[in-house]
Amino acid sequence: MTTTLLLEQIFNGLQAGITLFLIAAGLTLILGIMDFVFLAHGSQVMIGAYAASAVTIATNNFYFGILAAIPITFICGYLLEWLIIRHLYKRDHMDQVLATFGLILFFNEVIRISFGPAALFSNFPPSLSGFIQILPGTPYPVFRILVILVGLACAVAIHLFVSRTRVGAMVRAGASNPEMTAALGINIKILFRFIFAAGATFAGLAGMMIGPLTSVEPGMGEPLLILSLVVIIIGGIGSVRGAFIAAIIIGLVDTIGRVMLPMVFRIFMSGPTADTAGPALASMSVYILMAVVLVFKPTGLFPPKGA
Amino acid sequence: MRNKIITAIMTVGFFVNAGAVYAETIKIGYMTTLSGGAGIIGKQMKNAVELAMEHKGGKLGGMDAEVIFVDDQRKPDVAKQLANKLIKSEKVDVIGGIIWSNLMMAIHKQVTRSDTLLISSNAGPSSIAGSGCHKNFVSMSWQNDQTTEAMGQYMNTVGVKSVYAMAPNYQAGKDMISGFKRFYKGEIVREVYTKLGQTDFQAELSALRAAKPPATFIFQPGGMGINFVKQWKQAGMDDVSKLYTVFSVDGISLPALKDTALGTISTQTWSPDLDNAINKKFVADYKSKYGGYPSFYAAQAYDTILAIDYAVGQSGSKNTEKMREVLAAGDIPTTRGSLKMNTNQFPIQNFYLREVVKDSDGVVTSKIIDTVFENHGDAYVQDCKF
Repeated sequence: MTTTLLLEQIFNGLQAGITLFLIAAGLTLILGIMDFVFLAHGSQVMIGAYAASAVTIATNNFYFGILAAIPITFICGYLLEWLIIRHLYKRDHMDQVLATFGLILFFNEVIRISFGPAALFSNFPPSLSGFIQILPGTPYPVFRILVILVGLACAVAIHLFVSRTRVGAMVRAGASNPEMTAALGINIKILFRFIFAAGATFAGLAGMMIGPLTSVEPGMGEPLLILSLVVIIIGGIGSVRGAFIAAIIIGLVDTIGRVMLPMVFRIFMSGPTADTAGPALASMSVYILMAVVLVFKPTGLFPPKGA
Repeated sequence: MRNKIITAIMTVGFFVNAGAVYAETIKIGYMTTLSGGAGIIGKQMKNAVELAMEHKGGKLGGMDAEVIFVDDQRKPDVAKQLANKLIKSEKVDVIGGIIWSNLMMAIHKQVTRSDTLLISSNAGPSSIAGSGCHKNFVSMSWQNDQTTEAMGQYMNTVGVKSVYAMAPNYQAGKDMISGFKRFYKGEIVREVYTKLGQTDFQAELSALRAAKPPATFIFQPGGMGINFVKQWKQAGMDDVSKLYTVFSVDGISLPALKDTALGTISTQTWSPDLDNAINKKFVADYKSKYGGYPSFYAAQAYDTILAIDYAVGQSGSKNTEKMREVLAAGDIPTTRGSLKMNTNQFPIQNFYLREVVKDSDGVVTSKIIDTVFENHGDAYVQDCKF
């Protein structure tokens, strides 16, 4: 394992982590602040990816695709909250699980009916297909660097919004005591709706960015949903800062573990055994990490204050 | 009173039986995956079966035919239940289809022992080609190991000295690599087993770039193939290593990959450009009816119906043993030409090297560039005793 390879893997881990953060940021607020168990967040990723790919195919312009997909995902999130989610806040968590699991099936089927069961074509434009030498002799795809930068920009924007703006203060107030916040004359219902729609948009943005890298197909968001739930548990439910740090940790552990563990196993095992045991342990690594965190810090690494 | 009822039952029974005698219909249960992520494969197979029925005017071998489609949901337990239903309550004469080897293993004994003819349109696990074979099973596809054997053989002929192999961490992934090793004579630098259903291969590609193997062999079926090939091209890996694929780039993934996949090499028993009358008609009519190239899954599904048509036509009967005897003798007209049969009732056929190219309309498809094996049988046939 050379240093250049390690550096490259760190970039890969960062990129994976940043994508997870975009999904987890909204979800942690929905779970933590709104106290709502929402499982269909992966569908928002899929909607973002499909919206961007469909508009890109129709207009033959990648940037139009992104520009159109951002408002589409926001509107989808807004309507979803208004039509369905708001009626479920008062129900218990099991009802919420059932209803939002139903939404996953619903969204997958809607996508299958409207776009067909086959994966949709999606790729980034030639202008973004170049490479940047992160170290001499180590080319790294521009698009993946862009994913990291966009994700970091979103993280900074979310942080500034929550900690520096008036609406952000309302979000924080709503998080620690929703009844008191409402009593002070803040329309908590509208606030929740906007948090929900913003969360959906960030998840959609993650979908738009992974669409050109992976296959855009029905159900593409579910594996990411599971990982982002792990991120939220490790980071502390309701904490955006926790989600950010946990997402980066998960991204790095998963990526580097996948490549390194089989190599490490090869040192003290025969080749074929290591080739089987390594990947098996690597795919468990993030869950082992979650279990360890839960043992030592049951509320996560960065539980929000007052929670 | 009792006598009257008995008479009534006998009368009704007589008419029902009489009806069955006069209009003989061959009933086919076609099992494939129509829902979930792999639903697209099943949809293409269903399309192809319907096209074949249309081409045959709704009759197989001159007999009225009925096809019942069932969705196995890619679950072995569901497949078992459906097979049971098809045999016992639908009383089908033939069960065809089955994409996945684990599903085939789940229903193989149950179907063949019930004296129902089982024709695989895809799955070909080693055990039912060898010691676990049964005379009521006929394959219209291939044995699982053969396609990778062909790739191993091809890489010998072009003089590839060492290769980096990558497959998902599950049974078929390991089978594919072992089939490859049976023929490939060079060195295998590393065997990397990725997670089943993995979407991002960037970490594996970074490691591969550092290892700088002259050649890379992959088996990444379905959505994984789309992801892998896309990321391979995006990472500029063509400059580092030469990519050789099996079951990763096909009629299912090409519409999602388009130009990204151009130049990718794979081995296969069928290709849309295979030059014979049956295949030309199949590909042309499939394209005009469903608006896109069929995949090899679709071709094998089409061939399954052609095989039943041939079996009924030659034997003049829908009797399992009589149909089987016809199919076992081989020379079945298919999209792959006249198909010969081995003693374990798996085809003896050619394996081609295919490259992804653009057709005259600018649509991305596969084209045959070489024949790797002529009349290639599988490695398990000697273990099969009926």
